[in-house]
Parts: sequence; structure tokens; C-alpha cells
Amino acid sequence: MEATGFNAWALSLTVFLPLAGVVVMLAIPRAQEELHKGVALVTSLATLATAVYVLVQFNYDRTSELQFLVDSSWIDVINSRYIIGVDGISLPLLALSAAVVPLCIIYSWKHIPDPGNAKAFLILILILSTGMNGSFVAQDLILFFVFFELVLLPMYFLIGVWGGPQRKYASLKFFLFTLLGSALMIVSFVALYFLADGTLAGGQANTFDMRALPVAATAISSTTAVWIFGGMFMGFGIKVPIFPFHTWLPDAHTQAPTVGSVLLAAVLLKLGTYGFVRIALPILPDAARQWAPYIALLAVIGIIYGALGCLAQSDMKRLIAFSSVAHMGFVMLGISTLTSFGINAAIFGMVAHGLITGILFFVAGSVKERYHTLEISRLGGLLKSAPRMGWILGLATMASLGLPGLAGFWGEFPAILASYNPGFGLSQPLFRTYMVIAALGTILAAGYLLWLYQRTAFGEPKAEFADVAIADVNVYEWVAWLPFILAFVVLGVYPQLLFHVTDGAVVKLVGTMAAGIGG
Amino acid sequence: MLENAYLIPLLPGLSFLAILLFGKRIKGGQGAHYIGVPVLAVVWVLSLVAVFGWINRVDDVTPATEAGATTHETAAAGVGTAGDPASPVVLAAEGETGAEAGHEAVAQPVIRSATWWSNAGENFRIGTLVDGLSVTLLFVVSTVSLLVHIYSIEYVRGDERYTHYYAFLSFFSAAMLFFVLSQNIIQMIVGWELVGVSSFVLIGHWWESLDNSNAAMKAFMTNRVGDVGLLVGMIILYFAAGSFEVPVINEMAASGQIRHLLLLAAAGSLTAAVMSKSGQFPLHTWLPDAMAGPTPVSALIHAATMVVAGVYMVARLYPVFYEGYSIGTSSINGLALLGGFTAFMAAALAFVQWDIKKVLAYSTISQLGYMVMALGVGAWTAAIFHLFTHALFKACLFLGAGSVSHASHHTFDMREMGGLRKVMPHTYKTFVLASLALAGVFPLAGFWSKDEILVGAMRGQQSGYPLMLFFGLLVAFMTAAYMTRVIWYTFWGEYRGHGTPHESPALITGPLWILAGGAVLGGLVNLPSAVADKIGLGGAAHLIETYAEPVRYLDQFSTFSVAAPSLGLALTGLALALGGILAVYLYYWRRLGPHGLTEQSVWARRGYTFLVNKYYLDHLYTGIIARGVRGPVAQAAYWVNQNVIDRIVNLVGESARETGRWVYTNIDQGVVDGTVNGLSSGAEATGEGLRVIQSGRVQQYGSLLFGAAAVLAIIFTIVI
Amino acid sequence: MLVNQFLILGAVLFCTGVYGVLARRNAVMVLMSIELMLNAVNINLLTFGLMVGSISGQVFALFIIAIAAAEVGVGLALVLLIYRNRSNIDVEELDLMHG
Repeated sequence: MEATGFNAWALSLTVFLPLAGVVVMLAIPRAQEELHKGVALVTSLATLATAVYVLVQFNYDRTSELQFLVDSSWIDVINSRYIIGVDGISLPLLALSAAVVPLCIIYSWKHIPDPGNAKAFLILILILSTGMNGSFVAQDLILFFVFFELVLLPMYFLIGVWGGPQRKYASLKFFLFTLLGSALMIVSFVALYFLADGTLAGGQANTFDMRALPVAATAISSTTAVWIFGGMFMGFGIKVPIFPFHTWLPDAHTQAPTVGSVLLAAVLLKLGTYGFVRIALPILPDAARQWAPYIALLAVIGIIYGALGCLAQSDMKRLIAFSSVAHMGFVMLGISTLTSFGINAAIFGMVAHGLITGILFFVAGSVKERYHTLEISRLGGLLKSAPRMGWILGLATMASLGLPGLAGFWGEFPAILASYNPGFGLSQPLFRTYMVIAALGTILAAGYLLWLYQRTAFGEPKAEFADVAIADVNVYEWVAWLPFILAFVVLGVYPQLLFHVTDGAVVKLVGTMAAGIGG
Repeated sequence: MLENAYLIPLLPGLSFLAILLFGKRIKGGQGAHYIGVPVLAVVWVLSLVAVFGWINRVDDVTPATEAGATTHETAAAGVGTAGDPASPVVLAAEGETGAEAGHEAVAQPVIRSATWWSNAGENFRIGTLVDGLSVTLLFVVSTVSLLVHIYSIEYVRGDERYTHYYAFLSFFSAAMLFFVLSQNIIQMIVGWELVGVSSFVLIGHWWESLDNSNAAMKAFMTNRVGDVGLLVGMIILYFAAGSFEVPVINEMAASGQIRHLLLLAAAGSLTAAVMSKSGQFPLHTWLPDAMAGPTPVSALIHAATMVVAGVYMVARLYPVFYEGYSIGTSSINGLALLGGFTAFMAAALAFVQWDIKKVLAYSTISQLGYMVMALGVGAWTAAIFHLFTHALFKACLFLGAGSVSHASHHTFDMREMGGLRKVMPHTYKTFVLASLALAGVFPLAGFWSKDEILVGAMRGQQSGYPLMLFFGLLVAFMTAAYMTRVIWYTFWGEYRGHGTPHESPALITGPLWILAGGAVLGGLVNLPSAVADKIGLGGAAHLIETYAEPVRYLDQFSTFSVAAPSLGLALTGLALALGGILAVYLYYWRRLGPHGLTEQSVWARRGYTFLVNKYYLDHLYTGIIARGVRGPVAQAAYWVNQNVIDRIVNLVGESARETGRWVYTNIDQGVVDGTVNGLSSGAEATGEGLRVIQSGRVQQYGSLLFGAAAVLAIIFTIVI
Repeated sequence: MLVNQFLILGAVLFCTGVYGVLARRNAVMVLMSIELMLNAVNINLLTFGLMVGSISGQVFALFIIAIAAAEVGVGLALVLLIYRNRSNIDVEELDLMHG
């Protein structure tokens, strides 16, 4: 059912408003930094407002359906259409993405990293915003791909221009890695286009329409489907990142400017897992079932491996980056169980990880700004020098290690729970082994995070910083951080807020998969 | 109150927020107790209301045996008033089956719940479950917590993080009460971990020192190890029973609808959680270290309440353990063995400690082992009774130790104490009373609860548990002995420390006296029927048996019952306790010469005259048993503790880090990253090579062009 | 027909041209060699045109002659400019395009 009236425009506005801001900013001379910041903030807030409008107008009784649906012609030659819409799976991620951007801009108000140039910096963030929002609403493979790739370039420049000392290496690595994945992914999309039979779904034979493909793709032979899934696995898996494709992540995170790290952790990584849930699983369920044990294996390796990697780090930001590998491992484990428990947990885990790791990177950025180092051995006594920041770091650490009552738990626990009984005849002994290993991973998670916290926050400040005045959390930081903190506390205390949204769509997804595997 | 029990954890939770946000503004950061204490007082009153509410509920139901159905309607209606449409359905259904089967009418637990999260259309709930067990714990937790709140006003006064201290005291109370009222196992996990984190924060209260933060880390990490067992066990239970709800799981487990293997796996996994939280061997090592925290915290968290979470969990899910470990039909099982061995091992360790709090910590481990053992032999009521009395007298002991330290320049080393009984009469008297209760001397609280455990071990279910009885008696003796030693070093002899010790103010001695009163009278809560009737207390004197036992509302769970007391065993236990006291007393008397003899107190003289052949016993106890236990056995156990178990924990931590470092340097940076870098440098090298060709000379280009064309032409001719 | 002989003549001329282009250092000689190659092609075109009985071969040849004239014109102008700038026309030394 297509949306009418303003509802028909709401999603498009959410996606393209940032570009309007970019146009305005292009017309303003570079020297007027305050004006640039103002325009960027207003634009992102307006985007957020449209996202909030979507949140409010969304019908929570029908989360399994695409709402705010727009379907108009776009590239007729290849039957690619401009189809956008949100359901219970994409709504939380869209909201997360729309909310993070203004907060990042606020955080950057006084923190535009070297070499300055607020205009270019903010324009890139706004373009990024369009790409992220667009990816979460696109319902056409080509449209999705365009947005997916649109994200890449601004991030490349954010890291490459405003990054740390090894920014060139890191940004190139990020770019090449993701591009490799994208290349394989588009091959898979094209294969779907040619091999799937859209007439089964009552449409044209060759289609990129994500709504039609689950049915259309039943025309593809099982062996071919496995290969097509493989291409998507590379595309999405590198973005997640799944072990062993994770090595771009620590470098990119470590070198990226604070805001870049936050956006990367909070939203960009989710594009990969979202792709699995939105595209790979429903369209190729049987291939997904064949891949699942291996994906789960890689996810579990990622959990343990990421944790071990964390334990070896001496740099705070790099440690947080490695912890992303472990956390996304839990998300992937949830997805690979192919159960509603696991997928619900995965979506919860995505949002939780976005919020929690986002705040951790924010704090790391602020620590770096104050101490000019992130060497854990040189830090210490943060609770003494900047008590409020120490508290926030502590709360975020606790959330990150999956403490119940905070959001992280609801991503981890149901994922572990789901692997006790995986869906669609997946091997129970295998997944139960994974379950135990993943549960052991939570010990390691507590280990590295508490170790980090003990070294940075507890104790007395080190001699070199004993006489340096370390400023506590300032107004901009409060404004940028509080929504994150409130969100992960509220979601942790009352998880139904999010499960309520995702559950209907996830149940439908599992139903689609069951139909695909059965047929 | 039974329906509105959610208020009980909610209030301290709100007080946590209030203190955190506004505490610093009250009296310059020294007035957080103006929020904390009144809130806890309200919580205490509410808990009392809940206790009486539950007693009334059971009383209302029990007489109506002839009209089971009516009673069930009452019960269902009682829950229905809670205004939640979903839970009464479950309960009513249970009630009906009970009525159809013609069972005796019983009071159903009061459940009130709301949707918490959902999956695949199924709503999982959060709520409160009030029954005899949870009101018992409510009373214990709120009482000790209130007293600790009051005590801390004086004890923590002037601390730079006074507000944070009170905030987390409230937070802990909220988390513990939340845990106690858990209606489902997810809630139990949540509460379980939240008390863990408040323990972490409070152990590390003085985080400036590395030792303290290490202790806090160790506590949290050890508990995390157990949490894995908790998660796995609860997940198995969920899939076995198809529900997270505690009553459903208990029903299913008790009625044999779950395969025994699954129950065994679940019980085994959950036992790992008990090991860490309740300090059972071999995961107990964090508890003595946790004494780095402020003493009132040790009293509240690491003696009276949080550490019994494991015991409570076993009691709450008892059918799982009962069936899983085959408690009804075995004469030895994992749970009982774990508890018995822990009790013995920790008691032996308590002899070689010089830090008064560590003696008490090992004593706590030992007593927790006692409770676990009681659960392992099927003596459910005895375990809960002991949990109740232990909370009172052990909190009193810890607070007494705090008072001693507060008065004498903040040391906990007994070698720097001595002779304090004169300057600190209140602390001394309460400490002695609590010690006697711990030692199990008639007629104090510990005697009754310990006796019930011993009876439970002797009678067992279908057969007795002889080994557990032996452990129980042995530990009874050792407990009395090491507590006597503590009293000797702390309160007797000459003062060996610095400065002038003085009695603590009323804010400290007040709670001490209240708890000491509990230590004396706590036994009245659950006297054996025979004794109670004789002294005219009747039914009022076995409250736990009457109102808390699960047999009252779990129909299927009828194999389990309270064993009849045995006079002979009671006397043996008492004799061993007194013997322990006497032995240690004589030991110190021998070492200090005749002078010590004049300073003996009433209780020592009574034990002295009770034994006929004192010289022989003196030789036996001091020369062989006491010295033997204090010397090689305890030293060996402590050596194992420090050098084997602790070492393993440290080694695991270190090697995990080493592995991490190795994997990182060799595999991550070398292989995985190397491959990636190799690809790009390969591309670069190729580019370098090709660069040479581009010389800029047209003729060279031309040569290449024609050469290549020639090669292609040759291939073309050959192929075609 | 003499097709083979014409084609052989064309090939010989072409190879001479290639040799000249690749081996001579004097730019004028290189230009001349290019002319040789073009004419070799012309011969081929005419031959094949005659063989299939089509006029287009001769038309192409005429085009090529016209273009060859233009090419020589531009080429000589370039050579002249190079000579003015460098006072020699050795192609070996013209490597401004090297990578």
C-alpha cells in the first residue's frame, strides 16, 4: 500500500534533506565557519525531525509491512525503480542514523579536527547522512547499492583528510576492502536480476525489487544460489566486519577523526548486518541455511578473537575498535541462527552497539583531545581528573560488556539463547558448542573492558598529567552524549520498546524464509 | 502489599538516582544518608507488611481444606486485583488442576507482571513473585541493609565519595530486592549481575589504590566465570520448560515433564554460578579479597545478602536441583559434596588469617557451604533458616569488626589489637554473642539452624548422607574454634596497636545491638515443633517451615519434608561447638600461662566445667587437633588456595593476555594483515616493473606495438 | 591473378617501413618510412578491391593518399619545430613522455 499526502514525501525528505543542506553550504564562502555549522546543524535537525515524524506516524501494529512506501519509475532500462519504505527492521536503524548525525555535528562544534575546514567536513558528514538513511529505506537493489556506495566516499575523505598520522594507509585500506566487497555484491545483484523470475511474483521477469525477489528467486537453482549468497556475504561481511575481513576496522577506527569513528561504529557497520537481514536472508533462504554454520563459526571466532585482540592493545581507541569485532560477532551469531530470537537480538544488538560503541569513541576522542595520547599505560585517574567523564566511561564500559539493565545485554543474551536451538534444521550440537564459546566470550569482554577501565579511570593520575588541568565534560559533549546514554539505559531497562518494533517484521522474515526453504 | 511488591525494589532504585543527582548538594556532600536511610526504613516497613501479608494469605487458605475450589478462587481473585489480566490465567489454571486432582489447598504465590520484551509474538514478562521464600529474603535484605545504612553514617563520615557510597548502597539494595522478587529467570540473571556490579563498585570504593581495584576486578571477573554457567543453565531451562517463568519451570521439573539429562545439565551449569556468587570451592577466592571494600559493605554484600544469592537461586529453582541431582534418592551428590567440602576447607583456612575481616570472610564461605550442603541433602527449610540466622549474626560480626577498626586507627590486623573488651564493652558483648551464635551454642540462633542442617544430613530423604553429617559436625567444631581465636586476639590480652582505642558512638553500637538481638533470638523463627510446643510458642515458632516451604504450594513436590529433630544429634553438635571453644581457649591459656586463666568469661567456664577430663582434652585438642588443623592442614589448604587455585586464576588471566598478544602480533598483524598488505605491495611492485617500459621513446613503443601484434598474429595463425 | 605477388610486394614495403620507423634515428627518415607503410597498405587495398571486384578499395586508397599528404605536412612541421628547439632531429633523444 503506497503512502499518500505528506507521508509519501516524508522518507524522501529524510534521505535527501541533507543534500539540500549541502547545496546551500556550497554557496557559502569557506571562511564563514559559524554559518556552515549552523546550516549543517539545522539541516541535520530537520532530517531528524522528518525521521521523528516517521517514528510517530508509523503504525506499530503492522510493523511487518513496508510503510511510507513510495514506488515510482527510475531507471526503466533495467527495471530498477525508486522504491523506498520502512518496516520494523529498518525503522530503528533509520532512527539511529538520523539521530547520530546532529549529535556528531554538535560534538564537532568546537572540535573540527585538524586541518580544519568546517565547510568540507560538514558537507561530507551530510552526504554521509544521505547515504546512510537511504540505505536503510531503499527497497530496490540498485537503489540500495547506490546509497551503500555513497557512504563510502565521504568516509574515505573523512579518514584520509582529517585522520591521524597513518590516515592515508587507513583510508585506502578501508576504501579498497569495502570496494572489493561491493564489487562482488553487485555481481550477485546482477545475477539475481538475470536469474530470478519476477513473473512468479506477478511482476516483470527481471527485477531488482526487494519485495518481489524472495518469491522470484525460487527460480534459481540451489548451487547457483549458494554462489550468489557468497557474493553478498563478501559485500556485507566485509562491512560488518566478519573475521577474517576485519583488519580494515581497527586501522580505520584508530585513524579516523572522533566523529568519523562514531559514525563508522554507530551506523556504517550496521549496513553490513542490515544487508544480511534485509537482502541476503529473505531472498536466498536456502543458501543462507547452507552458509549459516560457517557464518556462525566465523562469528564465534570473531567474538573470541576480537576479545583477545582487545587484551593485547595498548591504545584505547584501538581497543574499542577491536571490541567492535567481538560485538558484531554476537550480532552475526544471532543472524546465523536463522530464528526470530536470534534476528531480533541481532537488530537489538546493532542498535545497542551503535549507541554504546558510539559513546565509547566519543569519550576516547575527548580523552585524546585532553591528554594528547591514548596510550593506556600513560592514562590513569580519569575519575580523579575529570570525574564526570570517568563516570560516563564507566557506564559505557558496563553497557559494552553486556551488563543486564543496559542495552548491550539484550543484544547478547537472546543471541546466545537462540544458538541453543537454531532454526531450519541447523545442527544443534554445533550451535550449542558455539553458544558455550560465545558465552565464554562474555568473560573475556568483561576482562578487557574492566582492564581498560581500571587502567584509565582508577588510580591516581600519572605524574606527567598530575599538574595538567584536565577539563571535565563540556556543554557540547553533554548535549552530544546524553541522548546516547539515555537511549542505552532506557532500552536496557525496557527492551520491549525495541523488540515491539522489530518483532513483527522479524516474524515475517522468518516466515518468508520458511516459505523459501519449503518451496 | 503482596501485589504491589514492585515498590520494594523501586524505592531504593529511585533513591539511588536521587542521591546520584542531588546528593552532593546536601550538607556539602556529607548528607546522602538523609535520602538513603529514610527510604530504606520505608522499604523495611513495606517488607514487614509483605511478610505479614503472606502469613495471612497462607493462614486464610490452609484451614479451607474441605473446599479446595473455593480457596483457589480466592487465590486467583487475590491475584486478579493486581490488575494484570495475563498472570492470573496461568495461576488459575494451575489452581484448577490442583483442585481436580483433589490435593490439599495451598496458597499460591502472588505474581504480578508486565510485558518486558517479546519474541515471535510471545511476550516475556517482568514482575514480582511473592511467596514465603521471597518474603523471608525481603525481610533479611531490608533489615541488614537498613542497619548498614545507619551504621555507615558514622563509619563512612568524611569520606570524599560519601554520596557515591550511599548511592551504590541504595543501588545494591534495589538490585538485591529485585533479584529476590524475580518472577522469571531472566529477571534473576539481571538481578544477579546487577548485585555483582554494585559489589564491584563498592569493593573498589577506594579505587586510588591498585590493590582495591584489583580486588574489585577479581570479584567481577570470577563472577563472570560463574555467569557463563548461569546463562547456559537458564537457557537450557528455558528450552526445556518452554518458559522463563519460575513457577512454570518448577512445576515442569517437579512433575517430571523435563528429561532428567536436561535437568542435570541445567543444575550443573547453575552450580557453576553458585560457586562464583556464593563463594563455593573452587571459585571462592574472590571473597576474601573483596574485604578491600568498606566494612559495612562487607557486612551487607559479602556476608548477609549478595553472597547468599546462589543459595537463594538454588532454593528458588529447587525442583530443578532436586530432580537434576537426584537428591531424593541418593546418599551423596554433587551439590552436597560441594557444600560440605567448601564448608570444611574454608573453616580450615580461617585459622591462619591475621586479618579479622578475612577470618570472617572464610567463615562466610564456610557457612555458605553449609547452606549449599543443606540444599544438597534436601534440607530446604534448614538452608533457608540458616541463611536467615547467618545473615543476622554474620552482619553483626562484620559490623563489630568495623567498629573495632573504626576505634583503633583503621587496622584489621589482629596482631595490632588486643584487650579491647575493656574499652569497647558494647562491641565486645555483641561480637561475643554473634560469635556464639555462629559457633552454634544453645540457645542462640545458630544452634537451631545448624542443628536442622545436621538433622537433614543425618536423615536425608530416602537414605541419610553420612559423609555430609561428618562434614557438618567437623565444621561445627572448627567454627567454634576459630571464632574463639578471633575473640582472643581482638578483645583479650594487652593492646598491641598504636593510639588510644575508644568505644564507637551510638550510631555504630545501635545496629550492633539490634543484630546481636537477632543473633540471640533469631532461632525462634523456626524452632522444631517439639520444642516450640513445649515452651508454649506453638505454631508461631516455626514460621519458615509453615509459611516458606515450597511443599506448601508445589503439589508435585511432596517427597520433600522436614526431618524430625534428634536430641542426640543436637547434643553432639552442641558438644562439638563447645569443645571447639574450649580447645582453643585452653590452647591460648597454655601459651600465655596461668595469667590467662583468671580472665576467662562465663561461657568459657561453663564449657570448662562441662568437660570432665580437661587435661586429656587439652592435650588432645591443642596438641593434636587444633595445632594439627591450624598448622599443616590449614597451611596446606591455604598454600593450595594461594599457589594453586589463585595461581590458576592469575595464570588464566595472564595467558589469555599473552595469547591475545601473540595472536595479535603473529597472526593478526602477520598473516591476516600480511596477506592484505602483500596484495597491495604486489600490485605496487607490478606497477614499478611496468613503469620501466614507459620510456617516452616513440620507437620503443612502436617496437612493443609491432612485437605484440606479431605475437598475436602468430597465435592467431596457430590457433585458426 | 597476381594477387600473391601484389600482396608480397605490399608486405615487403610494409616491413621496410616498419624497420625504418623502429630503427632510423633521423625523424625525416622515420616520416618517410611511415609513408612507405601507408603505401604498402594502399597496394593491399587495391589488390583486395580488385580481387572482390569492388570499387571501395580504390576509394580507400585515395583517402589514404590524401591523409598521407596531410600527415607528412604536419609531421614535417613538427620536425621543423623540434629542429628549431633542439637543433637536432634524433628521435632517440625525444623522451619527454617517459613515466
